[in-house]
Amino acid sequence: MSTGLVVRVLPPALLGARRSALWVERQWVASRRIWLVLVSGAFEPLLYLLAIGVGVGALVGDVTYGGQPVPYASWVAPAMLAASAMNGAVYETTGNVFFRMRYSKVYDGALATPLEPRDLALGELIWALLRGAAYAVSFAVVMAVLGLMESWWSLLLVPAALLIGLAFAGLGLYAVTFMRSWTDLDLVQLVTLPLFLFSATFVPLDDYPAWAEPIVVVTPLYQGVALLRDLSLGSVGPATLGHVAYLVVLGLTGLALAGRRFSRMLVR
Amino acid sequence: MRVAAGRSAAVVEGLWVSYRHTWRATLVSSFLSPLLFLLAIGVGLGARIDSGGPVEGLTYAAFVAPGLLAATCMQVATFEATYPVMAGIKWFGTYRSILATPVGVPDLVAGRVAWIALRLTAVAAVFMVVTIPFGVSSGPLAVLALPAAVLTGLAVAAPIEAWAASRDDEQGFVGLFRFVILPMFLFAGTFFPVSQLPDWLQPVAWITPLWHGTELTRGFMTGAPDPLVPLHLAVLLVLAVAGTLAATVTYRRRLEP
Amino acid sequence: MSTPPAEHPLIAARPTGTGPAVEAVGVVKRFGDFTAVAGIDFAVAPGETFGFLGPNGAGKSSTMRMVGCVSHPTEGTMRVLGRDPRRDGPEIRGRLGVVPQQDTLDGELTVMDNMYVYGRFFRLPRAEVRARSAELLEFVQLADRATAKVDELSGGMKRRLTIARALINRPELVLLDEPTTGLDPQARHLLWERLYRLRADGVTLVLTTHYMDEAEQLCDRLVIMDRGRIVAEGGPAELIRRHAARDVVELRLPAGAEPPSGVLEELADHVERLPDRVLLSTDDGDQTLAAVIGRGVAHERAVVRRATLEDVFLRLTGRTLVD
Repeated sequence: MSTGLVVRVLPPALLGARRSALWVERQWVASRRIWLVLVSGAFEPLLYLLAIGVGVGALVGDVTYGGQPVPYASWVAPAMLAASAMNGAVYETTGNVFFRMRYSKVYDGALATPLEPRDLALGELIWALLRGAAYAVSFAVVMAVLGLMESWWSLLLVPAALLIGLAFAGLGLYAVTFMRSWTDLDLVQLVTLPLFLFSATFVPLDDYPAWAEPIVVVTPLYQGVALLRDLSLGSVGPATLGHVAYLVVLGLTGLALAGRRFSRMLVR
Repeated sequence: MRVAAGRSAAVVEGLWVSYRHTWRATLVSSFLSPLLFLLAIGVGLGARIDSGGPVEGLTYAAFVAPGLLAATCMQVATFEATYPVMAGIKWFGTYRSILATPVGVPDLVAGRVAWIALRLTAVAAVFMVVTIPFGVSSGPLAVLALPAAVLTGLAVAAPIEAWAASRDDEQGFVGLFRFVILPMFLFAGTFFPVSQLPDWLQPVAWITPLWHGTELTRGFMTGAPDPLVPLHLAVLLVLAVAGTLAATVTYRRRLEP
Repeated sequence: MSTPPAEHPLIAARPTGTGPAVEAVGVVKRFGDFTAVAGIDFAVAPGETFGFLGPNGAGKSSTMRMVGCVSHPTEGTMRVLGRDPRRDGPEIRGRLGVVPQQDTLDGELTVMDNMYVYGRFFRLPRAEVRARSAELLEFVQLADRATAKVDELSGGMKRRLTIARALINRPELVLLDEPTTGLDPQARHLLWERLYRLRADGVTLVLTTHYMDEAEQLCDRLVIMDRGRIVAEGGPAELIRRHAARDVVELRLPAGAEPPSGVLEELADHVERLPDRVLLSTDDGDQTLAAVIGRGVAHERAVVRRATLEDVFLRLTGRTLVD
C-alpha cells in the first residue's frame, strides 16, 4: 500500500473514530445515573459460576480436556465468561440501541451535530466493549481467586472476551436495525438462550449427538467458548488463532453492515 | 374489604385482552426457557452426573425438572408483578381509569392475583405435558406439582406486587431480579441440593419461598412428598395471602390517597 | 424577566461569508411514491430571518431536514454555508444550530448534561462547554432547572432547552422547525423575544411555521409553501400588499340566510366563503361594513381587521393554514 493511500484513507477513519469517542463520552455521562445497575451487572455471571461451576460441579466431578482431567468448575468458568461477554454485548447493542433508535430520538439529536450515523454505530460498539471489559476483568479476578485459572495464558482472557464482545456487538448492531417492535426484540432471546445453553458451554462437544456437533462448531459462541477455554486451560494452538480470526471477521463485518444500515435508517 | 367476584373477573378479562397483544413476547421466558434448561443441564449435563450416582435418590433430570418448574413460575410471576404494575399505575395510568368504574381496589388486586395464577397455570401445564417424554414425573401425585408450582409463584408475586405498587419508578426492579430472584433461582435447590451449600448459608435457603416451593413441587412430581409438606404449604399460603392483603394497602395508598 | 449581563457573549454572529447562507435549486424530495418537496428554488441571505409558511404536510420539515444535512435531495442541488451537504455534512452541521419540530432531547440525561453532551459533540473544550451551558440556560431562563431530568420539564421548557442546546456551538445559521407549536401564548412570546435577540446579533435564522402571526412577527422574508411547492415569495408586508387587499371584513351569517348571489361580490374586491364565515377583502373595511349594513345583509357578527398572511395563503391556495 502506498503512503499516499494511507494518508488519504486514514484521516476520515480517524476523524470518525474521534467522533465516535464523543458518543462514548455521552454514554459515560448517562451511565453516571445508573451506575448501580451497571456495576451490579458484573454480579450475574459470578452467580452462575458459583451455582453451576461450584454447586453443580460438585455433582459432575472432572471433565477430560486435552487428555487431562480438569475440575468441572475450571472447565466451565471460561464458558461462563464467554456467555457473559455475549450477553452483555447483545443486551447493550439491541435493547438499549433499539430504544434510542425507535423511541427516544437521541440519535436524531446527535445527528444534527457533526456526528454521522456510522459514528453512532461505532460509538455504541466501543461503549459495549468498555462495559464488557469491566465485567470481564471482575470475572477474571474471581476466577483467579477461586483458583480456576490453569494456565498463564489466562492473562489473555480479558482481551479474548472483548473479541467475543466485538463479534456479538457487531451482530447486535446490525440486527437491531431490522427490529420494528419490542416483540421483535424478544427474538433476540430466542437466539442467545440456545447459544448460551448449547455451545459446549455445560458439556464437552463430544457429549452432543454426532449430527449436532458440526452445527455447534460453526456458531459464534462456541468459537468464543473454545477460545477462552484454550487460554484458561492452556492448550493454545493454531485452532486458537482460528477462533480469533472467526470472531474478528464476524465483528468487523457486523460493524460495517451496521454502519451502512444506521445511515439508511437515520438519514433519509 | 369486600371483593366482588364479577368485578374481579372483569379485571381478569381486561388483562387477558391486553395479553393477547403481547403473548408472543412471553413465549421464550415462559415456555421455551425452562425446556431448554432442562435439555442442556438436566439431560445433557445430567448424563455425566448420573454416572456418579443419583442425586437425592433421583436421576439428575428428575431432580432438576421440578426445580425448573417452580423457579420458572417464580420468575414469570415476578415479572408480572413488577413492570405491568408500574405501567398500570404510572406509565399508562390504566389502574386509575379502572378505578373510575365500579371496580374497587380489592377487586383490582384480587383480579390481578387471579390473572397471575392463570398465567402460571398455563406455564406449568405446558411444562408438565411437554416433559412427559423425559420421564421426569411419576405417580398420580405428580398432578399436584402443578398447583404447587402455581402457589410458589403466587407466594413470591403477591408480596412483590405490594412492594412494586409503592415504588416511584422501575429502578428497583433490576436490583430485585439481580439480587433476589436470580440468587434464589441458582441457589435455593433448583440445580443442586441445598445441603451442598456451606453450613451457614443453608438456613438462608430454607427461609426463601422458592426452596419451600421447590421441595413441595419436587415431592409431588417424583411421587414421594416429604414429611414437611404441611410446613411448605403453610409458608407459601401465608406469603400469598399476606402479600395480597398488603397489596390492597399499597394500591390504596397509591391510587386513592 | 431577568436580563442577561450587558456584555452577553452568547452569540458571536460569525459572518457567513459573502454568498447565500442557503441556496436550493430545483430541489425535489421523494419518499418512495410520495413527493414531499416537488421542485423548489430559494436563497437565504446572510443575516436575514427567512421563513417557510404553510400548512402541515406542505413539505417544510422535509426541506428543513435537507438544509440541516440529515437528508439529501432526490433531485436538484442544495448548498448550505457555501458547501455541499452530501460531501461536507459534518463540517456544515458544525456551524448550524438545529431546533427540530419534535424535541430530540436526551431523556437519559439532566438538563445540564444535555447541554454538556451536545456541546461536546461539536468538540468544544469541556471548560468552554460548561461555561457556555450555564450562560445559555440563563438566556432561556432554565438556570434553576439545570439538575432536573428532562422528563420533568414542561413542553415550553423543553422547547427552550432545545433552543439553548442549538446555540451551544455559536452557530452561523439557526434552523427552527415549528418553534412554537404546542406552546401556550406566554411561552410563545418569551421564545419570540429570544429569537429577536438572536436576529439582532446578526444570526441567520431559517424557520418554518404554520402560524401566520409568527411569520409576520419574525420573518424578514418568507416563502409560502403548499403541497411541496413554493407559491409565493417576499416580505410579509409585501406579500399582503401583492396578494390581498388592505382590510378584511369577516361576516358570520345566520344559518341558511345566504344573501342573494352577487350582492357581497359587489361590495368587495374578493369574497372567500368558508364553512363558518365569509371574508370580504377590501381596501377600506369600515366603508365596506357600512355598505353591508346599508344593503341589509343579515349577519350575526361582523369584524373588520387588517389582512394577514392567512388571507394571502387563502387567496393563493383556496385553503386555510390551520385546519
